[in-house]
Amino acid sequence: MRPLIRNGVRIDDTFAEAFDMRATALLITAVNRRWARQAALTMTGFATSIIGCGCEAGIDANVPTDATPDGRPGMRVLLFAGSTSELQKHVQGRVGQCVLTCPGTACYAGLGGAETLKLGDALRYFGDGWQISKRLDGRHYWRIPVMDGEFVCEGTTGLTKQAVGGGNLILMGRSAAATLRAAEAAVAAIEAAPDAIAPFPGGIARSGSKVGSKYKALRASTNHAYCPTLHGAVDSALDPEIASVLEIVIDGLTPEAVAASMRAGLAAAAALGPEQGAARIGAGNYGGKLGRHHFRLRDLLP
Amino acid sequence: MRFTLRRAPDQRVDLSPLTPQRLNGLALSAIECIALATTRAPLSVADLFRVRMRDPARVAIEGGSPRFDNVGEGMSDGEVLLDGEAGLYAGRLMTGGRLEIRGNAGPWAASGLRGGFLEIAGNAAERLGGPLAGERAGMAGGTVIVRGGAGERPGDRLRRGLIVIEGDAGAHAGSRMIAGTVIVCGEAGRLPGYLMRRGTLVLAALPDPLPPTFVALGGGDLVFARLLARALEPHSPRAARLLTGRMQRFAGDMAVLGKGEIMLPRAASA
Repeated sequence: MRPLIRNGVRIDDTFAEAFDMRATALLITAVNRRWARQAALTMTGFATSIIGCGCEAGIDANVPTDATPDGRPGMRVLLFAGSTSELQKHVQGRVGQCVLTCPGTACYAGLGGAETLKLGDALRYFGDGWQISKRLDGRHYWRIPVMDGEFVCEGTTGLTKQAVGGGNLILMGRSAAATLRAAEAAVAAIEAAPDAIAPFPGGIARSGSKVGSKYKALRASTNHAYCPTLHGAVDSALDPEIASVLEIVIDGLTPEAVAASMRAGLAAAAALGPEQGAARIGAGNYGGKLGRHHFRLRDLLP
Repeated sequence: MRFTLRRAPDQRVDLSPLTPQRLNGLALSAIECIALATTRAPLSVADLFRVRMRDPARVAIEGGSPRFDNVGEGMSDGEVLLDGEAGLYAGRLMTGGRLEIRGNAGPWAASGLRGGFLEIAGNAAERLGGPLAGERAGMAGGTVIVRGGAGERPGDRLRRGLIVIEGDAGAHAGSRMIAGTVIVCGEAGRLPGYLMRRGTLVLAALPDPLPPTFVALGGGDLVFARLLARALEPHSPRAARLLTGRMQRFAGDMAVLGKGEIMLPRAASA
């Protein structure tokens, strides 16, 4: 690995290995931004990794009132899963339990396209016969009576098979505080990029994993090569100066969206310099044989 | 394509051949020879109109008559503009495209409409969008905007789609509705929503008397009203304005299924 230097930060000449995923987007509106955000946060909770959560989800963007179907403040959320049936299951469960239940919300398709997932078409039965179907401008909505009025939910939402999960950046710093600062800056830049999310808490994962484990039951275990506390005891990927490592995982609706987010995150982290932020930035891969998408950091440099 | 009326017809004339898809690919001579169905003497297009070839996707008929039936019948795309009055069945069974009538339209305009957009600048006569005798359902899709008023039973047996009447409507607006949306911005005649099963009938004011088989529902700030207002804004700001505030609702017709609703601005009932 030949090092590349940007603003004094060493950037590994490596690549992030990412996978094909199925994804959808939803637009949640509510009486005000606070409640739109609450519904979005609740429905994207416990959705950090498909390994343990079944799906990955996050907030993509605030949607202004003039861009929502009902003229109320909105939030766009993205959901990713490994298969269409798995995605359908999680969309239905999460919208049913987290958006339908949230005061004043409505839920619309956040993605067009020929292929669809059921949204209101699955949830309408909650109306117990009092649900009302309406078609406006070629879109199909369900009005489901609930205790604060009506839950309006679009019949279907678009499904994309072009989605990519697992784009990533690994930020390595000389202190925990500096690494966190770099990660926060990178996440802020990624949040601003469209059509992509960072599904981990606050966008950041501290427990990067490798495939497999010494324990047969585990599919994934700690990425020991990147644990600073094991440096010296294992075949470490770290230099002695690295005290803390954080990873940002990125899922996007298209490979281009993932690349753009990684580019934005890389630039924001590198802009802090090696003292204030990360001294070194790398990316995680499995040798390139598992995932179809390879995002080379060399191609994404600021 | 431009058809200029030579003189007012002295019999009923079926203008259904004059749609973009039926004229598509025809030469001027072929168009002039098209026989138009009439009630008495045979008639060709050239007998009635001076024809000029222009964009084939846009048919303009300059000069109308209440004897012009089936204008834009079954059209699926493109545009037909009738600068004048229309007779019976204007836009019947349209599936797409845009039909604009710059005058009044006769009975059963938009009958059995499946899709597309029909705008009537004047008034529509009775049974706007309604089914003909023997048909089970009326309009099943598309949008109809009437800038003037409408006769009796607009939206009869409406199954899907949107009808906006910016003026007044005759008796039994939205009668026997199966679903869909009818909006009356002016005054509605007797017993609106008569025997409606499902669907939405938006009125500007509380009908007097209130149909006896409708019951008051909760209303308030309905998200659906906002959606509908947004969808209406480009076509009829007047109709959109009806839906911007708090709404009052009535369910009915309880004489049948009772899953329809009459919706009106809350202030209007005070």
